Formats: sequence, C-alpha cells, structure tokens
Amino acid sequence: MTVAERQLESTRQPDPDVSLPVIAPHQSFAGVTDQISSAVLTTKTPIPWFVAFAFALCLVGVFVCAITWIFAKGVGVFGIEIPVAWGFAITNFVWWIGIGHAGTLISAFLLLLNQSWRSSINRFAEAMTIFAVMCAGMFPLLHLGRPWLFYWLLPYPNTMTIQPQFRSPLVWDVFAVSTYFTVSLLFWYLGMIPDLGTLRDRAKSTFARFVYGVLSWGWRGSNGHWRLHETASLLLAGLATPLVLSVHTVVSFDFTIAILPGWHSTIFPPYFVAGAIFSGFAMVLVLAIPIRAVYGLQNLLTERHLNNCAKLMLATGLIVAYTYLIEPFTAWYSGDQFEMYMVHNRAVGPHAWTYWGVIFCNVVVPQLLWFRKMRITPKPLFWISIAILYGMWLERYMIIITALHRDFVPSSWSNFIATLWDNLALYGSIGMFLFLFMLFIRFLPMISMYEVRTLLPFSGIHGASQK
Amino acid sequence: MNQPPTSDFVPLETLTGSAPRSRYWRDLDELRGIPRPEPPEDTGEFVDQNTRRRFLQLAGASLGLAGLTGCTRQPTEFIYPYVEPPESAIPGKPMFFATAAPMNGIAEGVVVESHLGRPTKVEGNPLHPASLGSTSVHSQSSVLDLYDPDRAREITHLGEAETWEDFVQTLNATLAPLRESKGRGIRLLTETVISPTLGSQVQAFLQALPEAKWHQYDPCGPHSARTATQAAFGRPLNTYYQLEQAGVVVALDSDFLACGPGSTRCARDFMARRRRGDRTDMNRLYSIESGVTSTGGKADHRLPLRYAKVETFARGLAAAIGVQGAGTSPAGFHADWISAIARDLMASRGASAIIPGDHQSPAVHALAAAMNLALDNTGKTVVYTEPLEIRPEDQVESLKKLVDDMNAGAVEVLLIFGGNPIYNAPVDLAFADGLRKVKTAIHVGLHLNETSQLCHWHLPEPHFLEDWGDARSLDGTAAIIQPLIDPLYDSHSFSQVLDVIVQFPGRSSYTIVRAYWMAQHKGADFESWWRKSVHDGLIQDSALAPVTPVLAANWAQSPLLAPTEGNTDDELVFRADPYLYDGRFANNTWLQELPRPITKLTWDNAVLVSPATAQRLHLENQHVAQLEYRGRIIEGSVWISPGHPDGSITIHLGYGRTRSGRAGNGAGFNAYLLRTSDAMWSGTGLEVRATGKKFPLASTQMQQSMEGRNLVISAPVETYKQDPDFVNHIQEPVPRNLSLYPPWNYTGYAWGMSIDLTACVGCNACVVACQAENNIPVVGKGQVLARRAMHWIRIDTYYKGSPERPELYYEPVPCMQCEDAPCELVCPVQATNHSTEGLNDMVYNRCVGTRYCSNNCPYKVRRFNFFRFQDWTTESIKMQRNPDVSVRSRGVMEKCTYCVQRIRETEIRADLENRDVRDGEIQTACQQACPTQAIVFGDIKNSGNRVAKLKALKLDYPLLAELNTRPRTTYLAELRNPNPELKETAS
Repeated sequence: MTVAERQLESTRQPDPDVSLPVIAPHQSFAGVTDQISSAVLTTKTPIPWFVAFAFALCLVGVFVCAITWIFAKGVGVFGIEIPVAWGFAITNFVWWIGIGHAGTLISAFLLLLNQSWRSSINRFAEAMTIFAVMCAGMFPLLHLGRPWLFYWLLPYPNTMTIQPQFRSPLVWDVFAVSTYFTVSLLFWYLGMIPDLGTLRDRAKSTFARFVYGVLSWGWRGSNGHWRLHETASLLLAGLATPLVLSVHTVVSFDFTIAILPGWHSTIFPPYFVAGAIFSGFAMVLVLAIPIRAVYGLQNLLTERHLNNCAKLMLATGLIVAYTYLIEPFTAWYSGDQFEMYMVHNRAVGPHAWTYWGVIFCNVVVPQLLWFRKMRITPKPLFWISIAILYGMWLERYMIIITALHRDFVPSSWSNFIATLWDNLALYGSIGMFLFLFMLFIRFLPMISMYEVRTLLPFSGIHGASQK
Repeated sequence: MNQPPTSDFVPLETLTGSAPRSRYWRDLDELRGIPRPEPPEDTGEFVDQNTRRRFLQLAGASLGLAGLTGCTRQPTEFIYPYVEPPESAIPGKPMFFATAAPMNGIAEGVVVESHLGRPTKVEGNPLHPASLGSTSVHSQSSVLDLYDPDRAREITHLGEAETWEDFVQTLNATLAPLRESKGRGIRLLTETVISPTLGSQVQAFLQALPEAKWHQYDPCGPHSARTATQAAFGRPLNTYYQLEQAGVVVALDSDFLACGPGSTRCARDFMARRRRGDRTDMNRLYSIESGVTSTGGKADHRLPLRYAKVETFARGLAAAIGVQGAGTSPAGFHADWISAIARDLMASRGASAIIPGDHQSPAVHALAAAMNLALDNTGKTVVYTEPLEIRPEDQVESLKKLVDDMNAGAVEVLLIFGGNPIYNAPVDLAFADGLRKVKTAIHVGLHLNETSQLCHWHLPEPHFLEDWGDARSLDGTAAIIQPLIDPLYDSHSFSQVLDVIVQFPGRSSYTIVRAYWMAQHKGADFESWWRKSVHDGLIQDSALAPVTPVLAANWAQSPLLAPTEGNTDDELVFRADPYLYDGRFANNTWLQELPRPITKLTWDNAVLVSPATAQRLHLENQHVAQLEYRGRIIEGSVWISPGHPDGSITIHLGYGRTRSGRAGNGAGFNAYLLRTSDAMWSGTGLEVRATGKKFPLASTQMQQSMEGRNLVISAPVETYKQDPDFVNHIQEPVPRNLSLYPPWNYTGYAWGMSIDLTACVGCNACVVACQAENNIPVVGKGQVLARRAMHWIRIDTYYKGSPERPELYYEPVPCMQCEDAPCELVCPVQATNHSTEGLNDMVYNRCVGTRYCSNNCPYKVRRFNFFRFQDWTTESIKMQRNPDVSVRSRGVMEKCTYCVQRIRETEIRADLENRDVRDGEIQTACQQACPTQAIVFGDIKNSGNRVAKLKALKLDYPLLAELNTRPRTTYLAELRNPNPELKETAS
C-alpha cells in the first residue's frame, strides 16, 4: 500500500466498508428498471447462460436416471449399510437445507433489521432458498426404504387411526421443512408481484403479457396495493425470521436426539444454524459473482454486497470454528469413553480426511476474509465460497459417517464407501438446483426492481418506503 | 474332461422359474416320443394307510409340483377335493414328526415341524441321545437342502431325461452278462455306510454277486480313529465321549464342541459342568491345536502348535502320564504345559478325557486312546463300542483299489451312491481318468455334481426328509428316518436301486426299512414297537454295548502309527469346513452365509495363516497367495488368523465347487486339488508366494478387538469365588429409575432372556435356527461385503491379548429388547413399539424405512432390507417358509422378536386352557437349538422362573449398562477355569 493510499485511507470515514456504495452512482429509476427487466424481456440471452443451462440440463438427466434406479431397485444402490444406515442422502438433505438459510436471512431477517443493502440480492437469494429447499426435500424421500409411503409421516385422518410418532425428530423435520418451504415460497412470490406487474406492462408478446399478467394478480401499483403489499411483506418477514433459526435447529435434532456419540450434543442447534448461514452465504456469492459479471450488474451488485456477505461468512465461520473446538473439549470433559473415542476416531480414523478437510475448508480458508481485498475481489471470493460450500457438505458427511461407522459395539464397526448412485444423486441435485436457477434468471426479474429503486438517492421524493 | 458337459442342458434353475429351459426339454421329449413321468403319479401311494398325512404332504408338494406339470398335460387321476378336512389337521397348526438327520451316516435325532405337509423347521429330539433337544448347524440347515432349487429332478442318461422304467430296463440289460459271472465287473462306491438297512442290503448284494466289490470313501471322517483303534486294540472300534463327568479335558487338535457328528451332545455334556459358574466343580479344558477353532477359543488354556507338533506334544504328554513305549517329546518341548496338564489329568483319573481331532494322525489317536486307558477314563468318559460302520476299512486304500481296477479296465458297471469322488478324491488318484474307462457309471445323488457330470446315468436321490431310512448315532442308538413329505422330484433311494440290482425291485423305501426291522425285532407285537420307534424317533435300547479294549502288545510300533515326520518347512493343513463339511453342503445358502467361527468369513474359504508367518511370507489380508505343494498349484485369498501356529497354513475343504448349484459354484477355492492320498490332512513342502492380486473376503465382523470396552465380562472362576460381585466392580450398575417418568407397570408377562457366556461355544446353531424360524433371507457375498447380512442373532467374537496367543470370547447378540429402547423413540411412523409384555415389537407393515432406529440402536441388531432380499420367485424355497412369520420385503427394517410367534401361540394355548404360561413352555428358536443351553428365555417377573433366577445371579450384567437402555436380554459373565500352574504361560 503506497503512502498516498494510506493517507487516502485515513481520510475516510471510520468504517471503510460503509463508504462502499450500495448502488453505483448515476442510476435512474428507468435505468434500473430497464436494466433488470430487459434481461428477461429484450436482451439476447447471453451465451454463458446457455452453457450453464445445458450443463444443468445434463445433470438433471442424470438425476432423473438416478432417481429411477433408486426407486426401481431400492435404497441398497446407495453405499449405506448396517451400521452406517444414513449416508449421502441425509448429508445432502442437511446441506441443501442449510444453503437455503441465507436467502431467508437476507430477505426476512435483514428486512426487519432495516438493512437496505439487501434489496439488490434478496430476490435471487430467496429463489436460491426455494430451489435449495426443493433439492433438500427430495432426499428424505429418496432415502426412504419405501418412498411410496412417505405420507405416513404426515398427520392425516385415516382408517387405521394411526398418527405419526411425534417424539421422532423426523416428524418435526416434516413440519419444519414444509413450513419453511411454504413461507419462503409465499414471501418470494409476494415480493415479486410488483415486478411481475412491471414485466407485464413491458412485455412485447401477447403470451408473455398474459403469463406475467396472470402471475401479477392484477397489480396496478395503487396506493392501496402498495400499502397491503408492505404489510403482507412485513408480516411474512416476521413469520420467516424465526424460521431462520428454527428450521436448522430442528434439523440438528435429527442428530442430537439420538444417543450416538458424535450426534448426541447440545451444541448442535446453534452450530447447525451458524453452519447453515455460513454455507448459504457462500452459495449466494457463488451465484452472484458470475451473474454479476455475465449480466453486467456491477452497478447494482456492488462491492458493498460482496463485502457484507463475506463478513457474514467470516462471522458465522468463526462460530462454526468455535464448535469444532468445543467438541473435543466436551468429549474430554465428559470422560465418556465412547465420546472420546469418537473424537479420536474423527481425527485419526479412516475418515480423518473428512475431519481435516472440514477444518481446512471451514476454518482455515475463511480466515482469508479478514483481508478486505479478499472480501471485495470477486475471483478469490468465489473460490473461497466454493471451498466453504464443499467444507460444509463434508462437515455433514463427517458428522453422519464418523459417528455411525464406529459406535458402541466394535463388532459392528465398518467403513462407509459411497457408490456411484450416491454421487449421481448429489450431482444430479446440484444440476436440478442450477436448472431451476437458470430458468429463474431467464424468466423472472432476478433483482427486485422496485426495491432497488428505493435505494436511489432521490427515491425519497416519490414517497416510497424507506427500506 | 473331454466329455461334453452334458448336464448343461438340464434345468438346474427353479421349479417354475426356468420355463424356457424346461419347455425346451419337454418339446424335445415329445418330439422324440419319450414318455415323461408325471410326478403326481406318486400319489398312487397315498390311498394306503397314511391317507391323512400323505394327503397333506401332497397338498404342500403340489405347490412345488405345479410348476413341473404346467406345460404339457394335467394329471388325469387322483384329484381329491378337500371336502372333508383330514382329522387332527388344523390349518395353521403345525404338526411335529420325529426323524433323524444323518451326517456321514451318523444320526442326530430331530423333530421336524410340518405346516400342512411342508417340513419347515428342524428341532432337536429331546429323547434322542445325540440331540437331547438341541441341534447342530447341519440338522438346522437340512430343511433348506430339501428345498434346494438346484437339486437334480429327473433321471438323466447322458444329460437327457429318462424314466425309471427305462433305467431299470437298461440296467438289467447291462447287468445280465455280469450276473452270470457272479458280478465280476460290478463295483459299488458308497460313502461310509452305517444305516443298518442299507448295510444289510449291501451285504445281500455282495452275497448275491460275490465277485462284485464294494468300496467306501468319505473324504472327511473318523479315518484316523479307525486306524488308531485297529493298531492299538487290534480291531477297529467306535469311540465316543461322555463328558458330563469329565473334570479335565484335553483336546488334541479337536473341535469336539462345535464340529463333527456328536458335537451337539459333547458340547452339552461338557457345558453341564461349566454353565452357571456358581458350581464349585467347574471342569477345565486344554486345547492343543493346529488351527483356530471354536473349541480352542473356549479352552481355559490354548496352545497353538503346528500339526506335526501336536503329535510330539501327545507323545510328551503320554510319557508324562506314564504310557509306556510310545516315545516322548524332546526335552524342553513345552515342558511346563506337558507337566501341568499331566498333573491335572492324573489328579482327576477316571474323570478326564483326551480327545483327538478327526484330522489328526492315527498316532495321536492311538496315543490318546492309550492315555485314556492309563488314566482309567475308558468306559467312563471315553467309551468304545463295536464299529458303527457296516464294514470298517481303510477308505483311501479302498478307493485306490477301485481306481486301479478302473484303470485296468476291470470295472464294467460302477454305481456311485452319494458322494462326489471327482471333486473330493485324493488328487493323485486321478479318479476322473479311471472313471472315463468305466463302461457304465451310475451316480445317485441329490445334485447333479462334478461326479454325475462324468457318469452316464444320474439318478436323483431323495432327501432324508422325503424318504424312509435308518441311521445310528455315535453310541449306536438306531433311529428310523421317516419322511415328512413325498419326494418333490422323481427320486429313488440307494435301497431301491440296490433292490433292482439284486433283482428284487418294486419295494418302496418304506417296505425295505420296515422289512429289515421286522427281521431284527425279536419281541412280540412288531406293529406297536414299530409305531413307537417311528414316533419317538429312536429305537429303544439299541445303543451298542461298550467294549473294554486292551492295548495290543507293541501297539506303538505298529506301522499304522508311523510318526508324522516333522521338519521346519511350512506345512499345509487341510480341514473340513465347519459348515460345508467336505463340500456336500456347498449349495446350502444358509451355511454359505453362516459366519465361520472366529474368522467370521462367509461364502469363501481362505488361506489361514498366523500374523508372524504372514509377515515372513509377505502375505496381506485378502491378497491372493499362490500355494505350491507337491507339484500342484492353487491360489487362494489370505486371511490372517491371530492364534494360528506359525509356519503352518490351514485351508478348508469343501469350496471351489464347479457343479454344486448356484450358491456353491465358484465360492472359494478347491483345496482338494492339493490333497494327496499319502497326506490326507497335512504335509510339508509347501511353498507360498504372494501374487500381488487382491481378492475380497466377506467377513461379518471387521473389528475383533473390544477396544477396552466392557462387552464380554470374564474372569477366572477363582476371582468369582473370592469376589462374587466382581461384575459390578468392572461395570458400575446403573441406578434404576433414572427416568423422569414413573416406571411402566407390567401387569402380564414380562419376557426376558439370559445368555450364559460361559456356555456359548460359538457354534452358530442359534443363527441358523433363527434364520429357519424367522424366514431370514440370505443376501450373497456382495451384500455381506456391503455389511448387509441379515442374521438377527450374531456371535460376536473378540480377541484379547497378543496376536500370537490371543484369548477368544464369544458373545451372541440378539435384540436386547430394551425397556427404554432408543429405537422406539426415533421412529417417525410408530413402526417399532413397546408391547405390554416388554417386547420391542417391529411392525413391518408400518415401516417406511428411515433406518433411524438402526442408527440409534447401540447394539446394532437391527437389519434392513436394502433390496428385496427375499426370493419371491423360487417355488421350492417358498415351501420352506414359516407361515407364522411375515416375509419381509424391500425397504423394511427387521430384527429379533424373541420369536414372538411362538410366544403368542403359547399364550393363546394357555389362555384356552385357562392357565398361565408355564416356565420353559416357550422356547425361542435360538434357545431350542443351542447345544449348551446357553440361552434361557422366560417371564422375568416370576422370580421362580429359570430366567429370573439366572438374572438374579451376581454374574448377570446388561450389555452397555451405562446407556441405561435397560435391556431385557442380559448376559452371565464368562468364567474360565485356568490352571494356576499355567497362569503365566497362558495368554
């Protein structure tokens, strides 16, 4: 850093990050609206989109094949066994659910906290949530021995007068995830209605006008509409905010309720929530950075956004690191031979690579984010995020596999080896996620036009909301 | 092997599943105008005396036979509508019939459960001396052999189906000229014949055709004992052991607790003085062995020695006991062991036993006999009788003569009854080359095997559950084998074929057996005697009288007892597989998938080698080793076996079959390819090379260390006497009522189980019994490798101590039926629930397969149907299933239920009789099979019950007590009785 730069640095406001503009200067209402809506309506779809879409479509094909095979043959095609009766499917489930969390955090939590910078990323972050939860939701079904009877986990009146077993965390999961999906979907859709109205008004083809017209529910932008919309948004944000904390807490109960060393731990709920947000923001960045480049959205998705997301990652990453630290301590402090063995086995056993991989990806790599340069430069940030996404997947894998494969009675100990179908289902679900996301950025406004407009310095004179 | 593999065309597949193949044959037969037998024509017999039972048998059999009749014609006769149900046959209520399961001709009395004419489950016969209600692994699994879909189904000539009439006609035509020369050129090759009826027939045959010759050959069997008694006592004698009174037992390379005929009774008697270690006169077991066996693992002192050194040891021991003239061991050769054991033996004269293993040399057997005599054990713990065999002989010599004659062209007609010499004859005899020179070779057997492939004719043999017969147990007690079902296929017994040869055809097996015993029966009223004998499953007072043998002069110098030459080269030891035996059970999937003792291997044999030797020879686990021995080479995968003697390699016979059926073909490697007639059990001059190739072996237990956890609690009996509460000092008892909730009040029964670890010999009879009772599927080697074996009860085996001299511990683990069951809590659909009698009920119909219950089970006793493991298509297999137990499909969790079907049945019966269930009235399948009565089940609420009394013992402990799952299944800590003199040397 040169002397001049350092002087410049010192003349800045106390927190240099706040000086990063949320939105580039010299933007206009029409300009913002044009830029975002044209990506859907007029501009030629960029080549990278086709490439990504084709890639995603291939993976969807793989996914369909994998699901067909799994349903046809049974879950034996996975690498699961006795004692490791859960494998990739549950890992994937927890991972995807976790990824979804960032979207809700951005759209609901930050809305309530009046963080206006969220406006340019909340739309696609919410879309990410929806698609991630959709991917997550598939895995509990895929991993069931008899998937056609999945509805037995739902409480519904039936002639057998038998209900789910409410002490099982898997039943709680059903409620948590379905609530989460419903609220997220409503919130996302509700937030999109004004923009759908804009697309309807700007669409050239009759068909597009018709579709967007139906989807926008007769939005006219009247005062009354805006008032109701605002109220509903706030209410849903209020509903969604606790879900950010509760859903992954419930997911963590899948493990903590069990008596297995490595699962049975009270630290899991905060640990899982932090991990979820950690991986969620990584996914937000992994999506935002290429989109920003391909669609030239640097003016709306500014360094400020990258910086804030990175900071959140760093913070949640540190929470996760803390739990990594506290786990061996608790095991040692408990004096329980099974707990101690579990920690030992994690670090030096046959799956030690997962443990050290997790430490590297989730603890070592995120330390780079202490450097401001790393936080605002897209390329390194992208790869850091990828590492975190991988690390968080590995963490769930480690939790599940290392706890199960060597538990109480050594005679049952074994090793878990994933099969082709385990891998195909994982990659297939990534493909499905990408596929849905590509469709989303092609056919729906990926950034909230009306909310970004409020970020413009002169938006106040139009009396729009203060977010 | 130039002959075309004719049997390729024979439908080996399923009864109905191989429609294309069967149709091919049918069409061809019709084209050629060959009349086909209609299997139901056998029903001609069922109009006679036993109408009711025969009818039911047929009803069951028709299920299987339906497939055979489907394509061409429907039977036109003997269709009996079920208008009036047969008296006393209540659908849903099984009936039980006593019979006997022969193994090498030696009977174990069994009682077979029959559901509407289908035998489904074999239990021990409490009246029979070889069983006393328990069963061996082989009796248990025999019912699957009956329904083996790969059994031979029709008479074939050069691979083409023929009728019995054609066979008889052809045989008579072939024999006609030979009969004139008094049978010259006719040869009979059988396995060891013990059956009195068959024996009398063979004798009649030899009388009628004096120039004909009879040969016997069994690849495994008490050959050494026969030779040894011949040498030591001047005549072959049958040896058996009565261990109930034996205070000190020395096993010289013998697996008498778990393997071989008679082991069921031996184990029971031996454990009678060991079970519940609160007895003061606990017996002591020394095992000197060249492999690692169940018996060795159970021994208080186990000394691994090379095969040849066992003999040296025996000589040393004999000298120490005072046996004259048999030499001694070199000075310093395990002198501490020899002197300690000798002192121990002499201290319990008349109440000790030295038991040599079947595969040890005749010299060891003779030394053991001499020692037993010297110790005054003979007639007390060791009993000799006249031989069980109709004609005791050196079977290898007998086979050699046959091969010589075949090669000389002197054999016109060879009848091979059972057995499989092409596969299991000593390789240097080149039996196949001889067999090719025989003009007419006829093989009678259950399967189209390697031998029938080279024979001109093959006749399907009836399974013992389909046919009348008789057999003797080791003490000579004869038993009538009665069939439980009409033959499933067009099969004819040895007896019937012999009848044809002696021109006395047309008799059924029933007539033959009955006629023999009618001639034997001296008393009046044959009919009621016969009925009683058949009903009881044994003939009263038919045991052979003990004889008191006298040592022949200079017995030790007998040429039959040539000392095993000892050198330091690597030695090769052959052993019969504990489950496949000599290979005859290779197609029994239950036995293939039954984890071998100690190694826990399934579906393969292995090159077993000690850790140090493996290191020296650069062998690694599951790497292929090449064994070169006397100019012949085979390859097999290595399994490093702690406790195996160094410089020795053990390979099990019975594997590497090529024509046993779908299960046995290709499993393991064929050890017979190295076995020569001069060294049937062991030899030196072995070269072992690592090949670098890998071949996975499917073991069901990958971790055999307890990792310092209190899983098997054990102590010397002295510790127990000094501190009866030692279990609680090792494992803190968990305070009761740690729960926030008030304890559940069991108003009815409270079922529980106690497993005595002292008594468990790890024989696996419980595992097969459970499999048979509960319709547990086999999964195959691939799925075992994928850790998906389905056994509901498993025998965990742990090593303790050094890899050279480990102690071994067995622990049977069924579902613990926890009162605070972790599995129940986590099931989202209430598929596993606690019953009012304290069982963890598993509701298969409700299970959606989340497998959470298994994850949360600390004992990992739950088993999941990852695929549709059950065979839904093979008709014959369906007939084996227990109708009282659901057949689980894919995606469903299952586990031990304490045989809930038996509990309910008994409860209902007690209810109808307006009484409570009596103690011991319900026996779980594992308990019933257990030869040592290690498992006791009952109502734990009633303190007078046996199980409650056992649980009240201070030895009682729950597995993983600290988890507070409060298991209903608890263990009695294992007590051993080491010799204080040998304390330092042991382990």
